[in-house]
Amino acid sequence: MAGNASPTEGGFPSPVEQFHLLDIVEVNVGGLDLSFTTSAFYMMASAILVGTFLVQSTKGRHLVPTRLQSMAELSYEFIAGMVRDNVGSEGRPYFPFIFSLFMFILVGNLFGMLPFGHYTYTFTSQIIVTFAMAMAVFVGVTVIALMKHGLHFFTFFFPAGAPIYMAPLLIPIEILSYLSRPVSLSVRLFANMMAGHTMMKVFGTFVVMLGVFGVAPMLVLVALTGFEILVAILQAYVFTILTCIYLNDALHLH
Amino acid sequence: MDVEAAKMIGAGIAVIALMGVGVGIGNIFSTLIASIARNPAARNEVFGIGILGFALTEAVALFALLIAFLILFA
Repeated sequence: MAGNASPTEGGFPSPVEQFHLLDIVEVNVGGLDLSFTTSAFYMMASAILVGTFLVQSTKGRHLVPTRLQSMAELSYEFIAGMVRDNVGSEGRPYFPFIFSLFMFILVGNLFGMLPFGHYTYTFTSQIIVTFAMAMAVFVGVTVIALMKHGLHFFTFFFPAGAPIYMAPLLIPIEILSYLSRPVSLSVRLFANMMAGHTMMKVFGTFVVMLGVFGVAPMLVLVALTGFEILVAILQAYVFTILTCIYLNDALHLH
Repeated sequence: MDVEAAKMIGAGIAVIALMGVGVGIGNIFSTLIASIARNPAARNEVFGIGILGFALTEAVALFALLIAFLILFA
Protein backbone atom coordinates (compact mmCIF):
# COMPACT_ATOMS: atom_id res chain seq x y z
CA MET A 1 0.00 0.00 0.00
CA ALA A 2 2.80 2.37 0.87
CA GLY A 3 4.39 4.55 -1.71
CA ASN A 4 1.61 5.77 -3.97
CA ALA A 5 -0.73 7.21 -1.35
CA SER A 6 -1.52 10.80 -2.26
CA PRO A 7 -0.92 13.15 0.68
CA THR A 8 -4.21 15.02 0.35
CA GLU A 9 -7.59 14.33 -1.15
CA GLY A 10 -9.78 17.42 -1.48
CA GLY A 11 -7.96 19.22 1.32
CA PHE A 12 -8.17 16.27 3.71
CA PRO A 13 -5.49 13.64 4.30
CA SER A 14 -6.13 10.48 2.31
CA PRO A 15 -7.50 7.61 4.45
CA VAL A 16 -4.80 5.29 3.15
CA GLU A 17 -1.99 7.63 4.18
CA GLN A 18 -1.82 5.85 7.55
CA PHE A 19 -0.31 2.80 5.82
CA HIS A 20 2.70 4.82 4.79
CA LEU A 21 5.81 3.41 6.42
CA LEU A 22 8.08 5.77 8.32
CA ASP A 23 11.79 5.04 8.43
CA ILE A 24 13.20 5.08 11.95
CA VAL A 25 16.74 4.14 10.95
CA GLU A 26 17.57 4.35 7.27
CA VAL A 27 19.66 1.45 6.04
CA ASN A 28 20.71 1.08 2.43
CA VAL A 29 22.69 -1.98 1.39
CA GLY A 30 23.73 -1.84 -2.25
CA GLY A 31 20.56 -0.12 -3.44
CA LEU A 32 18.43 -2.41 -1.29
CA ASP A 33 16.21 -0.55 1.15
CA LEU A 34 16.61 -2.33 4.49
CA SER A 35 15.44 0.55 6.66
CA PHE A 36 14.22 -0.09 10.17
CA THR A 37 10.62 1.02 9.75
CA THR A 38 7.68 1.58 12.07
CA SER A 39 6.37 -1.83 11.01
CA ALA A 40 9.58 -3.54 12.12
CA PHE A 41 9.57 -1.49 15.32
CA TYR A 42 6.05 -2.58 16.24
CA MET A 43 6.83 -6.20 15.40
CA MET A 44 9.78 -6.12 17.78
CA ALA A 45 7.75 -4.24 20.38
CA SER A 46 5.02 -6.87 20.11
CA ALA A 47 7.44 -9.75 20.61
CA ILE A 48 9.18 -8.01 23.53
CA LEU A 49 5.88 -7.02 25.17
CA VAL A 50 4.46 -10.54 24.96
CA GLY A 51 7.71 -12.06 26.21
CA THR A 52 8.12 -9.75 29.19
CA PHE A 53 4.43 -9.95 30.06
CA LEU A 54 4.38 -13.74 30.14
CA VAL A 55 7.74 -14.10 31.93
CA GLN A 56 7.12 -11.38 34.51
CA SER A 57 3.54 -12.34 35.32
CA THR A 58 4.27 -16.00 35.91
CA LYS A 59 7.54 -15.42 37.74
CA GLY A 60 5.93 -15.52 41.22
CA ARG A 61 4.23 -18.88 40.54
CA HIS A 62 1.54 -18.11 43.08
CA LEU A 63 -0.88 -20.89 43.88
CA VAL A 64 -3.61 -18.26 43.99
CA PRO A 65 -2.74 -16.20 40.91
CA THR A 66 -2.27 -12.47 41.08
CA ARG A 67 -4.17 -10.32 38.57
CA LEU A 68 -1.33 -10.34 36.03
CA GLN A 69 -0.69 -14.04 36.48
CA SER A 70 -4.35 -14.89 35.95
CA MET A 71 -4.29 -12.84 32.73
CA ALA A 72 -1.35 -14.89 31.48
CA GLU A 73 -2.98 -18.14 32.63
CA LEU A 74 -6.24 -17.17 30.96
CA SER A 75 -4.60 -16.65 27.57
CA TYR A 76 -2.57 -19.83 27.99
CA GLU A 77 -5.61 -21.90 28.87
CA PHE A 78 -7.65 -20.33 26.09
CA ILE A 79 -5.19 -21.46 23.43
CA ALA A 80 -4.48 -24.78 25.16
CA GLY A 81 -8.22 -25.49 25.12
CA MET A 82 -8.43 -24.51 21.47
CA VAL A 83 -5.59 -26.86 20.51
CA ARG A 84 -7.07 -29.67 22.62
CA ASP A 85 -10.56 -29.28 21.13
CA ASN A 86 -9.48 -28.92 17.51
CA VAL A 87 -6.36 -31.06 17.20
CA GLY A 88 -6.48 -33.39 20.18
CA SER A 89 -3.57 -34.58 22.28
CA GLU A 90 -1.36 -35.02 19.20
CA GLY A 91 -1.36 -31.26 18.78
CA ARG A 92 0.47 -30.63 22.05
CA PRO A 93 3.99 -30.44 20.55
CA TYR A 94 2.77 -27.61 18.32
CA PHE A 95 1.16 -25.63 21.15
CA PRO A 96 4.13 -23.23 21.67
CA PHE A 97 4.04 -22.18 18.02
CA ILE A 98 0.27 -21.65 18.00
CA PHE A 99 0.36 -19.77 21.30
CA SER A 100 3.12 -17.39 20.16
CA LEU A 101 1.36 -16.91 16.84
CA PHE A 102 -1.84 -15.92 18.64
CA MET A 103 -0.14 -13.54 21.08
CA PHE A 104 1.95 -11.93 18.32
CA ILE A 105 -1.06 -11.28 16.06
CA LEU A 106 -3.26 -10.19 18.97
CA VAL A 107 -0.79 -7.63 20.28
CA GLY A 108 0.00 -6.50 16.73
CA ASN A 109 -3.69 -5.92 15.98
CA LEU A 110 -4.24 -4.10 19.25
CA PHE A 111 -1.19 -1.88 18.68
CA GLY A 112 -3.11 -0.45 15.74
CA MET A 113 -5.71 0.92 18.14
CA LEU A 114 -3.18 3.10 20.00
CA PRO A 115 -4.06 6.77 19.45
CA PHE A 116 -0.60 8.02 18.42
CA GLY A 117 -1.55 9.34 14.99
CA HIS A 118 1.20 8.81 12.50
CA TYR A 119 3.37 6.79 14.85
CA THR A 120 0.87 3.99 15.26
CA TYR A 121 1.28 1.23 12.76
CA THR A 122 -0.61 -2.04 12.50
CA PHE A 123 1.91 -4.41 10.99
CA THR A 124 -0.88 -6.90 10.26
CA SER A 125 -2.28 -4.37 7.76
CA GLN A 126 0.68 -5.21 5.51
CA ILE A 127 -0.03 -8.13 3.19
CA ILE A 128 3.57 -9.32 3.21
CA VAL A 129 3.57 -9.75 7.00
CA THR A 130 0.36 -11.76 7.11
CA PHE A 131 1.36 -13.70 4.00
CA ALA A 132 4.70 -14.64 5.56
CA MET A 133 2.89 -15.92 8.65
CA ALA A 134 0.31 -17.80 6.59
CA MET A 135 3.06 -19.33 4.42
CA ALA A 136 4.93 -20.45 7.54
CA VAL A 137 1.77 -22.18 8.74
CA PHE A 138 1.02 -23.69 5.33
CA VAL A 139 4.52 -25.01 4.63
CA GLY A 140 4.90 -26.23 8.21
CA VAL A 141 1.58 -28.07 8.15
CA THR A 142 2.33 -29.67 4.77
CA VAL A 143 5.76 -30.83 5.96
CA ILE A 144 4.22 -32.28 9.14
CA ALA A 145 1.62 -34.14 7.07
CA LEU A 146 4.24 -35.51 4.66
CA MET A 147 6.49 -36.62 7.52
CA LYS A 148 3.66 -38.32 9.38
CA HIS A 149 1.80 -39.97 6.50
CA GLY A 150 4.38 -40.07 3.72
CA LEU A 151 2.84 -40.60 0.30
CA HIS A 152 -0.43 -41.57 1.96
CA PHE A 153 -0.89 -37.81 2.47
CA PHE A 154 -2.01 -37.46 -1.15
CA THR A 155 -5.23 -39.38 -0.43
CA PHE A 156 -6.17 -36.15 1.33
CA PHE A 157 -7.04 -34.73 -2.08
CA PHE A 158 -9.65 -37.40 -2.71
CA PRO A 159 -12.47 -37.49 -0.13
CA ALA A 160 -13.03 -41.03 1.12
CA GLY A 161 -16.30 -42.58 0.01
CA ALA A 162 -16.69 -40.49 -3.11
CA PRO A 163 -17.33 -42.50 -6.30
CA ILE A 164 -14.16 -43.03 -8.32
CA TYR A 165 -15.54 -41.49 -11.54
CA MET A 166 -15.81 -38.17 -9.70
CA ALA A 167 -12.02 -38.09 -9.27
CA PRO A 168 -11.20 -35.91 -12.32
CA LEU A 169 -13.54 -33.28 -10.93
CA LEU A 170 -12.86 -33.57 -7.20
CA ILE A 171 -9.07 -33.81 -7.18
CA PRO A 172 -8.41 -30.47 -8.96
CA ILE A 173 -10.97 -28.76 -6.72
CA GLU A 174 -9.39 -30.20 -3.57
CA ILE A 175 -5.87 -29.28 -4.71
CA LEU A 176 -6.99 -25.75 -5.58
CA SER A 177 -8.74 -25.29 -2.25
CA TYR A 178 -5.65 -26.62 -0.46
CA LEU A 179 -3.34 -24.23 -2.32
CA SER A 180 -5.63 -21.25 -1.73
CA ARG A 181 -5.37 -21.72 2.05
CA PRO A 182 -2.37 -19.42 2.62
CA VAL A 183 -3.94 -16.78 0.37
CA SER A 184 -7.29 -16.76 2.13
CA LEU A 185 -5.66 -16.98 5.56
CA SER A 186 -3.40 -13.99 4.92
CA VAL A 187 -5.86 -11.85 2.95
CA ARG A 188 -8.53 -12.31 5.63
CA LEU A 189 -6.36 -10.83 8.37
CA PHE A 190 -4.84 -8.17 6.12
CA ALA A 191 -8.20 -7.05 4.65
CA ASN A 192 -9.86 -6.89 8.05
CA MET A 193 -7.12 -4.72 9.48
CA MET A 194 -6.72 -2.53 6.42
CA ALA A 195 -10.41 -2.00 5.69
CA GLY A 196 -11.21 -1.41 9.36
CA HIS A 197 -8.56 1.24 9.79
CA THR A 198 -9.42 2.91 6.48
CA MET A 199 -13.09 2.99 7.50
CA MET A 200 -12.18 4.68 10.79
CA LYS A 201 -10.17 7.33 8.94
CA VAL A 202 -13.05 7.91 6.49
CA PHE A 203 -15.46 8.49 9.37
CA GLY A 204 -12.87 10.72 11.04
CA THR A 205 -12.82 12.84 7.88
CA PHE A 206 -16.63 13.08 7.99
CA VAL A 207 -16.45 14.41 11.56
CA VAL A 208 -14.13 17.24 10.48
CA MET A 209 -16.03 17.92 7.23
CA LEU A 210 -19.48 18.33 8.79
CA GLY A 211 -18.50 20.82 11.49
CA VAL A 212 -21.22 21.00 14.16
CA PHE A 213 -23.16 18.13 12.59
CA GLY A 214 -20.03 16.03 12.91
CA VAL A 215 -21.46 14.78 16.21
CA ALA A 216 -23.43 12.10 14.32
CA PRO A 217 -20.42 10.44 12.60
CA MET A 218 -18.50 10.99 15.85
CA LEU A 219 -20.95 8.70 17.67
CA VAL A 220 -20.58 6.15 14.88
CA LEU A 221 -16.82 6.47 15.23
CA VAL A 222 -16.98 5.69 18.96
CA ALA A 223 -18.99 2.54 18.23
CA LEU A 224 -16.60 1.72 15.38
CA THR A 225 -13.59 1.97 17.69
CA GLY A 226 -15.15 -0.59 20.00
CA PHE A 227 -15.96 -2.77 16.99
CA GLU A 228 -12.37 -2.47 15.75
CA ILE A 229 -11.05 -3.72 19.09
CA LEU A 230 -13.47 -6.66 18.83
CA VAL A 231 -12.27 -7.34 15.27
CA ALA A 232 -8.63 -7.16 16.39
CA ILE A 233 -9.22 -9.90 18.97
CA LEU A 234 -11.56 -11.89 16.73
CA GLN A 235 -9.17 -11.98 13.78
CA ALA A 236 -6.30 -13.15 15.96
CA TYR A 237 -8.65 -15.90 17.18
CA VAL A 238 -9.75 -16.80 13.64
CA PHE A 239 -6.17 -16.97 12.36
CA THR A 240 -5.21 -19.25 15.25
CA ILE A 241 -8.25 -21.52 15.04
CA LEU A 242 -7.76 -21.96 11.29
CA THR A 243 -4.13 -22.87 11.98
CA CYS A 244 -5.45 -25.49 14.43
CA ILE A 245 -7.91 -26.82 11.84
CA TYR A 246 -5.19 -27.09 9.17
CA LEU A 247 -2.92 -28.83 11.68
CA ASN A 248 -5.73 -31.25 12.50
CA ASP A 249 -6.15 -32.00 8.79
CA ALA A 250 -2.42 -32.65 8.52
CA LEU A 251 -2.28 -34.94 11.53
CA HIS A 252 -5.47 -36.92 10.95
CA LEU A 253 -6.10 -36.36 7.22
CA HIS A 254 -9.84 -36.51 6.64
CA MET B 1 -16.60 8.98 -19.11
CA ASP B 2 -14.49 10.86 -16.63
CA VAL B 3 -12.02 8.61 -14.79
CA GLU B 4 -13.06 10.01 -11.39
CA ALA B 5 -16.73 9.32 -12.11
CA ALA B 6 -15.92 5.83 -13.33
CA LYS B 7 -13.98 5.19 -10.12
CA MET B 8 -16.95 6.24 -8.00
CA ILE B 9 -19.32 4.00 -9.94
CA GLY B 10 -16.84 1.13 -9.79
CA ALA B 11 -16.52 1.45 -6.01
CA GLY B 12 -20.29 1.46 -5.74
CA ILE B 13 -20.60 -1.68 -7.83
CA ALA B 14 -17.83 -3.39 -5.84
CA VAL B 15 -19.77 -3.19 -2.59
CA ILE B 16 -22.86 -4.92 -4.06
CA ALA B 17 -21.23 -8.03 -2.56
CA LEU B 18 -22.40 -6.72 0.82
CA MET B 19 -25.92 -7.83 -0.14
CA GLY B 20 -24.91 -11.47 0.09
CA VAL B 21 -22.90 -10.86 3.22
CA GLY B 22 -25.91 -9.23 4.90
CA VAL B 23 -28.04 -12.26 4.13
CA GLY B 24 -25.24 -14.55 5.34
CA ILE B 25 -24.65 -12.81 8.66
CA GLY B 26 -28.38 -12.57 9.31
CA ASN B 27 -28.69 -16.26 8.57
CA ILE B 28 -25.84 -17.15 10.94
CA PHE B 29 -27.29 -15.21 13.84
CA SER B 30 -30.88 -16.33 13.30
CA THR B 31 -29.70 -19.93 13.29
CA LEU B 32 -27.54 -19.24 16.35
CA ILE B 33 -30.50 -17.79 18.26
CA ALA B 34 -32.75 -20.65 17.16
CA SER B 35 -30.27 -23.30 18.26
CA ILE B 36 -29.64 -21.63 21.63
CA ALA B 37 -33.40 -21.29 22.17
CA ARG B 38 -33.87 -24.98 21.44
CA ASN B 39 -31.00 -26.15 23.57
CA PRO B 40 -29.77 -23.48 26.01
CA ALA B 41 -27.25 -25.94 27.45
CA ALA B 42 -25.30 -25.89 24.19
CA ARG B 43 -24.82 -22.12 24.34
CA ASN B 44 -21.11 -22.10 25.17
CA GLU B 45 -20.19 -24.54 22.43
CA VAL B 46 -22.45 -23.06 19.75
CA PHE B 47 -21.55 -19.44 20.45
CA GLY B 48 -17.90 -19.88 19.53
CA ILE B 49 -18.74 -21.58 16.25
CA GLY B 50 -21.28 -18.85 15.49
CA ILE B 51 -18.72 -16.12 16.06
CA LEU B 52 -16.23 -17.99 13.86
CA GLY B 53 -18.85 -18.15 11.11
CA PHE B 54 -19.56 -14.46 11.56
CA ALA B 55 -15.86 -13.60 11.23
CA LEU B 56 -15.45 -15.72 8.11
CA THR B 57 -18.53 -14.17 6.48
CA GLU B 58 -17.54 -10.69 7.51
CA ALA B 59 -14.17 -11.23 5.82
CA VAL B 60 -16.03 -11.51 2.49
CA ALA B 61 -17.57 -8.10 3.14
CA LEU B 62 -14.12 -6.73 3.84
CA PHE B 63 -12.72 -8.18 0.61
CA ALA B 64 -15.38 -6.16 -1.24
CA LEU B 65 -14.70 -3.09 0.87
CA LEU B 66 -10.98 -3.49 0.22
CA ILE B 67 -11.57 -3.51 -3.53
CA ALA B 68 -13.74 -0.40 -3.19
CA PHE B 69 -11.01 1.37 -1.20
CA LEU B 70 -8.36 0.31 -3.68
CA ILE B 71 -10.44 1.73 -6.54
CA LEU B 72 -11.06 4.97 -4.69
CA PHE B 73 -7.73 5.72 -3.06
CA ALA B 74 -4.91 3.61 -4.47
